[in-house]
Amino acid sequence: MEHKGMNLTLKVWRQQNANDKGKFVTYNVKDVSPDMSFLEMFDVLNEQLINTGDEPIAFDHDCREGICGMCSMYINGRAHGPMKGTTTCQLHMRSFKDGDTITVEPWRAKAFPVIKDLVVDRTSFDKIIASGGFVSVNTGNAQDANALPIPKDDADASFEAAACIGCGACVASCKNSSAMLFVSAKVSQFALLPQGQAERTDRVLNMVKTMDEAGFGNCTNTGSCEVECPKEISLANIARMNREYLMATLKK
Amino acid sequence: MSSKLNAKIPAGELEQKWTKYRSEVALVNPANKRSLEIIVVGSGLAGASAAATLAELGYKVKVFCFQDSPRRAHSIAAQGGINAAKNYQNDGDSVWRLFYDTIKGGDYRAREANVHRLAEVSTSIIDQCVAQGVPFAREYGGLLSNRSFGGTQVQRTFYAAGQTGQQLLLGAYSALERQVGLGNAQMYSRHEMMDVVMIDGKAKGIIARNMVTGELERHSGHAVLLCTGGYGNVFFLSTNAMGSNVTAAWKAHKRGAYFGNPCFTQIHPTCIPVSGDHQSKLTLMSESLRNDGRIWVPKKQGDTRKPNEIPEEERDYFLERRYPAFGNLVPRDVASRAAKERCDAGYGVGASKMAVYLDYASAIERYGKQQASKLGESNPTHERIIQLGKDVVKEKYGNLFDMYEKITDENPYEMPMRIYPAVHYTMGGLWVDYELMTTIPGLYALGEANFSDHGANRLGASALMQGLADGYFVIPYTIGSYLSSQIRDKAADINSPEFMAAEKETAELINKLMNIKGTKSVDHFHKRLGKIMWDKCGMARSKEGLQWAIDEIRKLQKEFWSDVRIPGTASGLNPELEKACRVADFLELGELMCLDALNREESCGGHFREEHQTEEGEAMRHDDTYMYVAAWEYKSTNNYELHKEELKYERIKPSQRNYK
Ligand SMILES: Cc1cc2nc3c(=O)[nH]c(=O)nc-3n(C[C@H](O)[C@H](O)[C@H](O)COP(=O)(O)OP(=O)(O)OC[C@H]3O[C@@H](n4cnc5c(N)ncnc54)[C@H](O)[C@@H]3O)c2cc1C
Ligand code: SF4
Ligand code: FES
Repeated sequence: MEHKGMNLTLKVWRQQNANDKGKFVTYNVKDVSPDMSFLEMFDVLNEQLINTGDEPIAFDHDCREGICGMCSMYINGRAHGPMKGTTTCQLHMRSFKDGDTITVEPWRAKAFPVIKDLVVDRTSFDKIIASGGFVSVNTGNAQDANALPIPKDDADASFEAAACIGCGACVASCKNSSAMLFVSAKVSQFALLPQGQAERTDRVLNMVKTMDEAGFGNCTNTGSCEVECPKEISLANIARMNREYLMATLKK
Repeated sequence: MSSKLNAKIPAGELEQKWTKYRSEVALVNPANKRSLEIIVVGSGLAGASAAATLAELGYKVKVFCFQDSPRRAHSIAAQGGINAAKNYQNDGDSVWRLFYDTIKGGDYRAREANVHRLAEVSTSIIDQCVAQGVPFAREYGGLLSNRSFGGTQVQRTFYAAGQTGQQLLLGAYSALERQVGLGNAQMYSRHEMMDVVMIDGKAKGIIARNMVTGELERHSGHAVLLCTGGYGNVFFLSTNAMGSNVTAAWKAHKRGAYFGNPCFTQIHPTCIPVSGDHQSKLTLMSESLRNDGRIWVPKKQGDTRKPNEIPEEERDYFLERRYPAFGNLVPRDVASRAAKERCDAGYGVGASKMAVYLDYASAIERYGKQQASKLGESNPTHERIIQLGKDVVKEKYGNLFDMYEKITDENPYEMPMRIYPAVHYTMGGLWVDYELMTTIPGLYALGEANFSDHGANRLGASALMQGLADGYFVIPYTIGSYLSSQIRDKAADINSPEFMAAEKETAELINKLMNIKGTKSVDHFHKRLGKIMWDKCGMARSKEGLQWAIDEIRKLQKEFWSDVRIPGTASGLNPELEKACRVADFLELGELMCLDALNREESCGGHFREEHQTEEGEAMRHDDTYMYVAAWEYKSTNNYELHKEELKYERIKPSQRNYK
C-alpha cells in the first residue's frame, strides 16, 4: 500500500531533569508514513535531532505491543492519544492527517514526578503493590491447582481486572490525579478469587493507605480514567473497592 | 575437552536424579541465610520468581532491572501459554512425555538430566501460580482449561487468554513486591548492570549504572544470578522488547563465563511482516493461529492479483503439499524455512514480496456450517454461514485479529493475513551446569539467559515453564550447594581494589563512547548489524556467507568505535548512551554467533546450514561429530576458544525428525 507521507508539526514537552522548569519545543517531521506507529514517528524525529546535533527526546517504551505499560505520552490532551483502548505504542499515524499539529506532554501528577522530557517516575505504583497487592503464599506451599474449582465467571472477571498494565494513564487523565482505577483493579482481582479471601480486609486498607500517602488525589467519580484506560478497565472495580473498603473499616 | 566443563549431573537413574540431589544437597541454616546476600539481575519470570523465593527463604536479596518497574520485564509480552505435565485432560500426558517432546523438539541437542527435571517440576509451577491468584482460563465446571501447541499430541498448555506471560509475571512480581514490603528484598529499577566483579576467581558483585542519575554503583553479593533474558535483538528487528539485550551475559562472558551454542536462534513463522524502513520491531501472531489457518502463496511467480481474486486451483498450500502428515502444524523451524523458500523463489506476496498468506476463509466456512447445524438451521444462506463462522473465529482469536488490524489496517476476517518469519527466541546463552552455575563460581544464569533446556529448537509454551522452574524450584535448592561453603566469608568490601578497578573500567568505557563524537547514530550501526545477521546467520547459513559476515562485522565494530555519535552527557538519563553500550556488545556477540554457526557443520533445529540438507531440502544432523554443546571461552578481542560438552543420551535414542 503506497501512501503519501504526511508533514506534521510537533509541540513536545522538553525538560532536562526534575528541577528544570521545562517548556514546549516545536519540531517539524516530514514524510511520515501512515503505517508507522506513534513511537516510530518519534524514532524518526529523534534520528533527525541526532543528525543535527540536538539531544533526542527521552520517552519510556519497551514492548511496543501494548502490554508492558511503559509507554506513556499525553497526546493532544489525552493519555495515549485519540484511539480508544490503545496504548501510545499501538497508536498508528493513520489516526492523524497531513498538516496536523500534535502536542505531546508527559503524564502530569504529583505522585509521578518528571525525570526527563516525557519520562516520569511511577515507582509509587510499585509501593502500592508492595503494601498489599499479593496473596501471601510462599513458594512450595501450594495444593494441587485443580483442588479448588473456581466458577468460570469469577475467574474471567478476575482476569479482566488483572489485565491492567500499570501504565498510569488513569492517573494522568484524572483531574484529581487519583489512582483509584489502578488500585481497584488489583483489589478486585483478588476479591473475586477464593485465594484472595484470607487477606481481604488488610489488603484494601493497606493499599488505600499507601495510595493516599503517595500523593494521589481523591476519586470524585468523573469517570475519565475508564475512558482513557488502554485496557478498558471498568469503573465497576472502583465501586467494588469502595464496598471492600467500607466492609473492612467496619470490621477493624 | 576442558576440565572446567563439568556439568555436575548427579549419578543414578534419570527419574531419581533430582529427588536424590535435593535430599543430599548441602543446606544453609536460617541464621546463616540472613547474612548471605544474593544479587539477582533481571525481574522477568526467572528473576522475579528466584528473587521472591530466595527472599522467602531468608536470604538478603537485591534485584536489578532496567525498566522503571520490575513488572515490565519482557516476559510480560508472552501470549500463548505455559506447559505442564498435569494430565488434567486425561489424554495420556506424563512427565516422561513432556521430557521426550522437549528433547525431540530440541532436535537432540539438550541435556537429558536438565530436561527431565524441568518436566518433573512443571506441575508444581501451575499449583504455585494458582495459589498466588493467577487467573488462568477455566472451564464451566471451574477447573483449569488447556489448549494444544506445536510439536505435541496432548493438551498440556495452560493459558490466560492471549496474556499468559503477563499474568504469570504479575504473579511473580506480586510475590517479589511482598518481599520488598517485608524488607527482605531491595528493588533497583532503572539500573543497568554493566559488569561482574570478580574476587579470587569468584563472582562477588556487580557494577550498575543508575540510569536516572548516571552514577555508577558498586554492589556486593555472595552470589550473582543473571536472569537477563535472550539476545534476539542482535538482529535489530525481532519480536523482543526494545530494551532486551545481551550486555549482562556478555560482560560475564568476557569475565570468564562460557557462552553455550550462541548460534541457536528461533525464528518464528507467524509474525507480521516488515512494512518499511521505519520499522522498529516485529509483532508475533500466536502459534495457536496455525491450528485453524491455512498457509499459501500463488502458484504463479510474481502474481499481483488480490488474494481473493486468485482461484483455489491457482494456490499452493505449500506446507500441506510438502508435509502432508503435519500440514500447517509442523514445528516452527520447518514452517519458517518453507516460507522463506517460497519467497526466495519469487512467490512471495504483498508490497515487499516477502510474505505468505495465512488464510481463515475455509475455517470461517467450516465453523459457520458447524454452528448452523448446532443451532438447528437446516438451510442457511452462504452469508449466514460466513457470519456465524466469523463469530466463532472472533471468540477464539479475536484479540489477535484486532491486533493485526491495528498494525496493518487490514481486516483479517475479509482478507488473508500476510505473515513472515521473524527472530523470536534464543536457545543459546551462558553455559550452565546442572546447578545453573556458569563457569564462574558464584555466578548463575536462569531463564532465557542460559543455554540449558531447549537444545536447537524450543517448543511453544516451554520458555515460561523453564523460567519459572529455574526461579521457583531449581535455584532455591542448587544455590545451597555453593553458598553453604561461603558462610564464613563476609560480604565483599565494595571499596576493595577489585570493585574500584571494575568501576573504573566501566567509567572508561562510557567515557570512550561519549568522546567518539562521530557522525552516525547508534541505530544506524544496529540496523546494519541486524541486516548482516539476518541475511547470513538467519534462517539459512552457509560457510561462504558466514565468513563474509564475520569480516563485515569486524569492519563494522571498527567503524562503530570511531564514528558513533551519542548526544548529551553521561550524567543523567541518556537513552542513546544506554543503546550504545548494548550495541557495542551485540557487535561482539554477532561475530561469535557466526563463528559458532560456521563451526557447526550440520543442520539441526533452528540452525540450518545449506551444505547439510537432504535432497528434499530437509535438515541433516551429524550426530557422530556434533552431538555436543559448543561452549565458547573469551580469550581476547575477536579471539574465542571452543570447548565441548558431549551430550550423552542414555534414555532416548536420537532419530531424524520426520514430519512428512
Ligand atoms: C512476543 C513473545 C511471545 C512469547 N510467548 C511465549 C509463550 O506463549 N510461551 C512461552 O513459553 N514463551 C513465550 N515467549 C518466550 C518467553 O516470553 C521468554 O523466553 C521469557 O519470558 C524470558 O524470561 P526471562 O525471565 O528469562 O527474561 P526476561 O523476561 O526477558 O527478563 C529480563 C530481565 O532482565 C533485565 N535485564 C536485562 N539486562 C539487564 C542489565 N544489563 N541490567 C539490569 N537488568 C537487566 C530486564 O530488565 C528484565 O527484567 C514469548 C516471547 C515473545 C517475544
Ligand atoms: S487501570 Fe488502565 S489506565 Fe490505569 S494503570 Fe491500569 S491499564 Fe493503565
Ligand atoms: S511500550 Fe509496552 S505498552 Fe507501550
